[in-house]
Parts: sequence; C-alpha cells; structure tokens
Amino acid sequence: MNPTVDALRATFGSAIGRGLESCGDTIVYVAREALLDAMTWLRDTPQQGYDYLVDVTAVEYRDRERPLEVVYFLRSLARRADLRVKVELDPRGDLSVDSVVPLWHGADWLERETYDMFGVSFRGHPDLRRILMWETYAEGYPLRKDFPLRGRFSRAEQVRQALGANPEAHYSMEELSIAEAYDELPADMKERLRRGERGKLPDSE
Amino acid sequence: MKRVIETKEVQGQSPNYLLAKFQDLVDWAVNSSRANSLWPMPFGTACCAIEFMATAASRYDFARFGMERQAFSPRQADVLICAGRLPFKLAPVIRRIYDQMPQPKWVISMGACASTGGIFDNYAMVQGIDTIVPVDVYVPGCPPRPEGLLYGVLLLHKKIKGESLFDRVPRREEQLLDERGLRLPPEQIDEISEPFGNSVHQFRSA
Repeated sequence: MNPTVDALRATFGSAIGRGLESCGDTIVYVAREALLDAMTWLRDTPQQGYDYLVDVTAVEYRDRERPLEVVYFLRSLARRADLRVKVELDPRGDLSVDSVVPLWHGADWLERETYDMFGVSFRGHPDLRRILMWETYAEGYPLRKDFPLRGRFSRAEQVRQALGANPEAHYSMEELSIAEAYDELPADMKERLRRGERGKLPDSE
Repeated sequence: MKRVIETKEVQGQSPNYLLAKFQDLVDWAVNSSRANSLWPMPFGTACCAIEFMATAASRYDFARFGMERQAFSPRQADVLICAGRLPFKLAPVIRRIYDQMPQPKWVISMGACASTGGIFDNYAMVQGIDTIVPVDVYVPGCPPRPEGLLYGVLLLHKKIKGESLFDRVPRREEQLLDERGLRLPPEQIDEISEPFGNSVHQFRSA
C-alpha cells in the first residue's frame, strides 16, 4: 500500500477509511469531518507535498445503496505522485463538505461545477453558484441518478425559461452588480451583493 | 409605389400589365443584389463550424457566391448560419443576435443538431433552433459536407430570388407570442421536440 495512506492513518486514525489500489492509482476514503485537515496535511507535510489539485468531481452510482462520492485528484509535482481522495456522502441526506478553496484557489470553479451538476454544497466556498447551467435553472442537478435525461419540464417550458434567462446572468458577482441582469437575480444573491461581500453561503450564516 | 404607377397610367394598355412588369423588374434587381451579396453571421457552436470554416476557406470558397465578407457583427449581417448544436443557455443569445440583425434577414440551420437537436436529445439542448428563431434553409448532415452547405446557400439564393418586394408579409418583423420571446405555441414546441428514430425507446421519466 502507498505509504501516504499509512501516514494518513497514523495521523488521523479512524477518520481515514479504506484505501485501495486501482489501475496503479491509490484511492483513499476520508471522513467528511476530517477532509479539510487531511487535505491541509497532505499539502503542507514536506514528505507528502501534494501541492496540485488536478480535479474535483463527484460520482453517484447506479446502485442506490452506494453512497455518493466526492472525488479529489491530487498530484505532487515534485514527487510525481498521484493520490485520489474520496469523501462518501449519503445522497438522500445532507450533501455538504468543506470547501478546499482556502487550500487551492483553483478549486473555485471545480467545486461550482460539482455543485451545479450534483448539488453538493461546499461549506466556506466564496461564491457557490451554478456555473454551467444558468442561475435561475430550476430543474435540479442534471448528473444525479434521479434526474431524467430530458429534464423535468416539458420542452416548451424549457424553451420559455431558457429564453427568459438573461445572457449576462452568468457573469461574476462583481460584473453582475453593474450588469442589466441585476434585477433578475435571486433574492439571496442580491443580498450578498448589497452587503458587498462575495462570502458565505446563505445557510452557513 | 403602386400609387405612383397608377397616376402615370398609359392610355389604351392594361395598367396591371405594366405594373406587373415594373414590379418584376424591381424584384429582379433587388433580389439579385440581395442574393448575390449575402453577408453571413457565423454562429458556430460545434463541429459543424469546422465544416463551415472549410466552406469559407479557399477550396470551397463561398465567396464565389457573394459571401465574401463574414459579418461578425449582427448589425451588418444578412444571413445567420447556426452551425452546431444550440444549448438552452445559448437560446437567449441567438435570439438576441437574430433580433439585432436588420431586415431583410435569413437563417440557415446547419447540421442535424441545429435543425432537430440531433443526437443530443437531453436536458441541455434546444431541439431545433426553429423553436427559437424562424429558419429558411435546413442543411442536413452530421456534419454536412461543405458541398452540402453550398447547396443550402444556393437554395437560399433561390428562395430570395422568389421573394417580392411588394409582398409585405414575409419581411414583417416577427410577432412573438409572449414577453419571454416564445415564437411558437407551447404545444407546437412540444410536438416538434418529440423524440424520433432511436430516441423513441427512451422515456421522459427514465
């Protein structure tokens, strides 16, 4: 087994779940509560040095009993080593994990995409909004297994809603505050813009 | 125009005959000018745009048919060529581009995806851009070869040359059904978005 997994287990104990090898890659499961600490440790410990976050995504399996997994692909540029960190979440329960944006700024859009497609909310993300679908998209999270392929609404309703969306509504928060799309924003985003902060999720306050 | 002709009625000959001849002459001049100097607005979203670029490049060269200048601004464009699939997120964009184009304007829907949604019968894709903007020529293919697009352009020439300046109906600005920009009744959009071919084996609820 990869020495990183043993070192993780020695440091975090029972918060580290099973570790396994798949196609030459090491996968290690981490408890949701310990994620941010483990990631900080992986990045900052000199012997580990996983300084590059390659990707953040999520997987929901067809087997309804299996948990939804949030997957982090880490790479140590100096050691040329890869590590895959997974967090298991109950798809019918609370889908939230700590954001790793404080560790890697590149996680910003990756976590927004995971939120957009799977509905995983990342606690502490500076600007958790949809990134691929438009702001006012109301049909749910497209890559979840309970999402019908053609969407939940009729085609006519989808066309109507899409035409009603303002093309400027996917600007950044700063641009939004001066764009014509401001009037169409959801109330919570208006409130965040009014406070002048990009911070905090509505439910984390 | 009609009133002017009637005041100069020639005695002894049918005024309608002269009027019709004059209208034909005007139509011929105007339509030839329009058809032979179409400025396309390329709206390339996918692989069809690659074929579109090939059509514009030296081997196929649609400048031969008067499309010398590609207008990357809708204000200077005559024909909107939607090359590639259109996601719902781009629907308001293409609608706005179409609205910004001055009359007379035409639309070519290039490829299976722009015309019908093609293989992308899913939550993110518009099932045919004719649910968003009126389309004059559909070019089938996945993607169409440059010859196919050229044939579509020639068909559009034919259509333009068949129009009449004195017929107000086709050049009227489109009246939308509601304030959100729906141009077809919802039942009709649902009907033309129905799955066909292999897609009928999938269900909305699946």
